[in-house]
Amino acid sequence: MAGYVPHTDEEIDAMLAFVGVASLDELYGAVPGALRLAGGLDLAPGLSEPDVLAAVSGLAGRNRAAELVCFAGAGAYDHEIPAATRALAGRSEFVTAYTPYQPEVSQGVLQALFEYQTLLCRLSGMEISNASLYDGANACVEAANLAVAATGRQQLWVSQGLHPHWRQTLATFAAGTGHEMVEAPLADGTTRWPADGEPAAVIVQSPNFLGCLEDLHGARHAADAAGALMVVARDPVASGLLRTPGELGADVVVGEGQPFGIPLSYGGPYLGLFTTRQSLVRRLPGRLVGETVDTEGRRAYVTTLRAREQDIRREKASSNVCTNQTLMAVAAAIQLSWLGTAGLRELAVRCARGTRYCREALLAIDGVEPAAPAPVLREFAVRTPVPPTALVERLADEGFLAGVAVDEGFEGTDYQGSLLVAVTERRTRAEIDAFAAAFEKAVR
Amino acid sequence: MTTSAERRASALSASGGRASSAPLLGRDEEPTVFDLSRPGRRAHSFRTTALPEWEADELVPSEHLRPEPVELAEVSERDLVAHFTRLSHRQYSVDLGAYPLGSCTMKYNPKVCDDVAALAGLARSHPAAPALLVQGWLELLVGLEDALCRITGMAAATLQPAAGAAGELTGLLLMRAWHEAQGQQRRRVIIPDSAHGTNPASVTLGGFEVATVPSDERGCVDLAALRSTLGPDVAGIMLTNPNTLGLFEEDITEIAAAVHQVGGLLYYDGANLNAILGVTRPGDMGFDIVHMNLHKTFATPHGGGGPGAGPVAVSERLVPYLPGPRPVRRPDGQFDWETPPRSIGRVHGWHGNALVLARAYAFILANGGDGLRRVADCAVLNANWLRRRLSATYDVPFDRPSMHEFVASTTSLRRQHGLRAVDVAKRLLEEGFHAPTVYFPLIVDEALMIEPTETESLQTLEALAEAFERIAGEAATAGGLEAAHAAPRTTPVSRVDEARAARQLIPTWDQRPASE
Ligand SMILES: Cc1ncc(COP(=O)(O)O)c(C=O)c1O
Repeated sequence: MAGYVPHTDEEIDAMLAFVGVASLDELYGAVPGALRLAGGLDLAPGLSEPDVLAAVSGLAGRNRAAELVCFAGAGAYDHEIPAATRALAGRSEFVTAYTPYQPEVSQGVLQALFEYQTLLCRLSGMEISNASLYDGANACVEAANLAVAATGRQQLWVSQGLHPHWRQTLATFAAGTGHEMVEAPLADGTTRWPADGEPAAVIVQSPNFLGCLEDLHGARHAADAAGALMVVARDPVASGLLRTPGELGADVVVGEGQPFGIPLSYGGPYLGLFTTRQSLVRRLPGRLVGETVDTEGRRAYVTTLRAREQDIRREKASSNVCTNQTLMAVAAAIQLSWLGTAGLRELAVRCARGTRYCREALLAIDGVEPAAPAPVLREFAVRTPVPPTALVERLADEGFLAGVAVDEGFEGTDYQGSLLVAVTERRTRAEIDAFAAAFEKAVR
Repeated sequence: MTTSAERRASALSASGGRASSAPLLGRDEEPTVFDLSRPGRRAHSFRTTALPEWEADELVPSEHLRPEPVELAEVSERDLVAHFTRLSHRQYSVDLGAYPLGSCTMKYNPKVCDDVAALAGLARSHPAAPALLVQGWLELLVGLEDALCRITGMAAATLQPAAGAAGELTGLLLMRAWHEAQGQQRRRVIIPDSAHGTNPASVTLGGFEVATVPSDERGCVDLAALRSTLGPDVAGIMLTNPNTLGLFEEDITEIAAAVHQVGGLLYYDGANLNAILGVTRPGDMGFDIVHMNLHKTFATPHGGGGPGAGPVAVSERLVPYLPGPRPVRRPDGQFDWETPPRSIGRVHGWHGNALVLARAYAFILANGGDGLRRVADCAVLNANWLRRRLSATYDVPFDRPSMHEFVASTTSLRRQHGLRAVDVAKRLLEEGFHAPTVYFPLIVDEALMIEPTETESLQTLEALAEAFERIAGEAATAGGLEAAHAAPRTTPVSRVDEARAARQLIPTWDQRPASE
């Protein structure tokens, strides 16, 4: 068994004597006898380090998905993670620290978060970024809660183009808060907003789940007409090419930060992005880092406006978040700085080039049709003669993860049963050509 | 010539293995990455793809395009690496030294778990891949769920919640769904006055009202007060056991019976699970819902404030309500996803913080049942050793055997010499230790909440105790209090002006006042 407890038997004896008990068992005098676990935990004995690695490597080796050339997206993308990002984000000073409660010995994490907040505000066109939330879905829940608190209304208009898992997560938490969700359907791939109602927010994702670019001016008009806030969910890579949601009138911008230096990781840990306007800063969920000085006037960073948070406001807090995804935010700050001004734009352009090339190649196949006519950036949905789940299985045998089947959350729509395909900057022409060739065979 | 017994005896008192770190490097300001930026510098490079080099306006309709690229920092890879390496030198961490932050269980994070999390078969799996292609992941998740249920004495668990607070809210929504299925609208959830802030915040978000029950003179839930608060509108109670004072709730069986008597459910905040691994289980105490903080008990590193993982385990009657989809082993031995019949729904965009779950799984494999019991034993032993030792210099308001942590206080030191908990915390930073949790729980004046964890050696505890004693001793000397107020002086920055940060908010580099 691997041992991470340093105590020698002699030390244990000496310490027990000092404490004044005769045995380790006696330390638990306060635990009623009837509650004591007889016979210990029903778990296998501990393993040595090599045995642990062998056991988990065995499981890891049974994940065929990890070896496939990836055309799956749906909010989780196969981007390059450079050596520098891996090395820096893996530094144990960042990895093994707690939340920066003692700013004097936490300037590393605090400054990295300050830089992250700055980068996020520039990406979104907003003024305030928090220091991360659990993931995109949970950031969206927090945005809905903020809008409800800011407007005193209970209704949310949610675009059907919002990631179906995010819509489900919103619905789960609405059971506690009592929010009423009204789903705004898609037509031709973009959202049709209700004509009337009293929503706290319109929530729109652009590019949406099907990859289509939404009309954010239209969403802003719908919000204005209804007196609601506009919440925009935005794939941050898209910000390399698209106008910022801030510029288009968003009140809150949320997103999934995984594309910036975070491996696919079977879905987590990812990074919930949350930015908003200065006027809403006192309703911001989660941690916020601010710049200040120390007693000698040196620049220093500290978590601030703490009175919003659960440890101070307790049952009156509008968010319960404590531990968030700081390390992922640090990784994103590193990755964005590795990309730089030109690199982020080039990343987005490269994704879009691969997407166009791949889309044209697939649409050239007999029986493959676009699922929606609206313009796309880095992801698109196609209807195929073979059900998408069967297609994904067949193409896995050819070495490809072909995409994500559009199903739950789109029941009864034209989009159900289509296949969502994503192309990142990692996909080469040769890979896409081979994919299209295999695709053609698989749909025959 | 020394005998081996003598060598052993002297080793017991030697200073080796004292996990402290003073001073940290880098007492100059570190410029931000934006200060380092120079137009035209770059670190990025991309794969050669041989794709057509369409321009942006051939890819996206022009009305969507931004006119200029987003201005980010422009740095060389060398500058990037130097900058974030220097930042890392301005950061305390468990790998550097002891971190006795109460309620946070800052134990050493085994390195083998880093290797596990880096395994390509885990790290490169797409979360939407069909079950067939991720059988290893599903088996791991099912195995972890099983182990967590054995540890807590529960029937099944969801692995989706991303941290403890997310687990709390998940648990409260389970409570709500359960009562609704019984045709009941219950309004109140009881929490003790010693509870962590996430508990009441989660109660509100779960659509309930907080009812606070006081602690008695032993530091435990006041059973009489609890009984008088209980009624048919009580949905349940949230407790952590041992509680935030590090004390085991000895009346837990009576508490459970009383709450169940009125039809309420018991929620276990697992922040302090480290104390009872293999000793007793929440399920045996009568809890219905249990969250665990894998980033505490199961050694997954805290990342400077996350990621964590907050799985929620439940008793048999609540299994149908668990978030879905859940990983399951089918009768044919294959693994698949399944949504429970009355599921409250998803609480995460995917399957939870999967790589954190994999680390915890590896930690459990490495320790095994015996090893986990040893974790609890040594965590509790360390806390009691330090409590006994410090009770000579500091107040320990509930000075009886504790579990994995204890709460000291500077009430007397403050009265005599003006020394406050915050001063002790800041002086400890100078001594190369992280500070304990201060001013929590709220029911203790000038609280110092101390959790050494099982991975600190006796030598480290001695060094830590000496530092505590030195700080208390100095306060009694001329100029001692001033020195404490000036602390920390050996850290990258001295005390930070928190009031100014809030008053003149500078939340980004772009919002720095022009004069800077
Ligand atoms: C007693 C207690 N409950 C709940 C939490 C919340 O856990 P998390 O930070 O993982 O959300 C904490 C963590 O700080 C805690 O100490």
